[in-house]
Amino acid sequence: MLELAIGIILGCCALGAGMAMIAGIGPGIGEGNAVARACEAIGRQPEAKGSITSTLFIGCAIAETTGLYALVIAILLIFVAPNRLVDILMSTIG
Amino acid sequence: MSKKSRGFVAVDILYILGMILPILAVIVLKILTTPPSEGVSITGALIYFTIPMPIQDLPITEAQVNSAAVIISIFFLCLYMTHGLKEIPELKRQHIAEMIVEKAEAMIKDNMGDYFMGFTPFIAAMLALSAFSSLMSLFGVFPPTSDLNIVAGWAILVFALITYYKFKCGPINYAKSFADPPLLAPLNVISEIATPVSMALRHYGNIMSGTVIGVLVATALQGLSHMALSWAPEFIANIPFLRVGIPAVLSIYFDVFSSILQAYIFAMLTMLYVSGAFNIDLYEKIREKKRLAKEGKTEKKSKKDKNKEILEEK
Repeated sequence: MLELAIGIILGCCALGAGMAMIAGIGPGIGEGNAVARACEAIGRQPEAKGSITSTLFIGCAIAETTGLYALVIAILLIFVAPNRLVDILMSTIG
Repeated sequence: MSKKSRGFVAVDILYILGMILPILAVIVLKILTTPPSEGVSITGALIYFTIPMPIQDLPITEAQVNSAAVIISIFFLCLYMTHGLKEIPELKRQHIAEMIVEKAEAMIKDNMGDYFMGFTPFIAAMLALSAFSSLMSLFGVFPPTSDLNIVAGWAILVFALITYYKFKCGPINYAKSFADPPLLAPLNVISEIATPVSMALRHYGNIMSGTVIGVLVATALQGLSHMALSWAPEFIANIPFLRVGIPAVLSIYFDVFSSILQAYIFAMLTMLYVSGAFNIDLYEKIREKKRLAKEGKTEKKSKKDKNKEILEEK
């Protein structure tokens, strides 16, 4: 019974981590759009390449933030949550 | 004076040792303290020892020690670069140092304006500390920026600067800045708090994800090479031949490119947030008003004095 409970905890943590990373879709689409527009802009105005590239990098880094939130939650779910949940389970059983 | 004197060279060697020794010490410490483990494990910073404190024990972790080593190393690098400055540069390092300073000043001027020129050393220090901290992973030691606590400290510092520059126009204007569209005031407060959180998490997440992905790929390659060599006797099959070279390609992106990019972005965001927090037109208006008010008072006083004088004369 205890093994089943621990198995459910581990499995649910892994599932949750996987679901959290669905958030990776958003930054992917966003950064793709940004790069596409930047390429267009450089094609239209090659002399502004330097400033376009630096703006693009900053924009990409900011767009990445939501994905990184999801990543942090996924990492917490994989590496931190199982130990704590198993500890809680053990302490409640006694 | 093309030849350097003996004392000059000795000081140079001292500075170079000061640059290299902290990093070597950190590597040795890492080798000595890492517990033997089976297989691959992804862990946070090791805790070297804890100092007992009244409210909560203060753990001294790998991340803190490594960042201190980076700080000492950069300190000696700066001393080395500025050693033997002359009005007409003779040494190559003076050209490099001047180039760095000029680049930093141009960056501040472009992004923050003339009022913030005093920020150049701070931003350059931030950039160097962040970049070198992340690049520590090239030596195989724990990069300090892969620990949320270190980056959160920097983000809190930036948040304090933002608040200071918002407060410069007076507390009433500080409160007003949140009620820009009055209905969205709660959201503005949340976004103000989200600024340091997102800055810290962005930097930490990027560096840590690089470490995690590197370890996962290395493990997968080990398994693959074990499978590919499964026909051979065991001691040959255990050689992870696929791990040669392939993780290095990832390392170029995650350790070198991503580290430097994140350092640049952290410095850039610091500049943008701090200069965006300060409304220079409003500040000058308020100062002008105060100055006028003072002058008005003195003028009134002088008028009173004149009246008195006139009365006395009469």
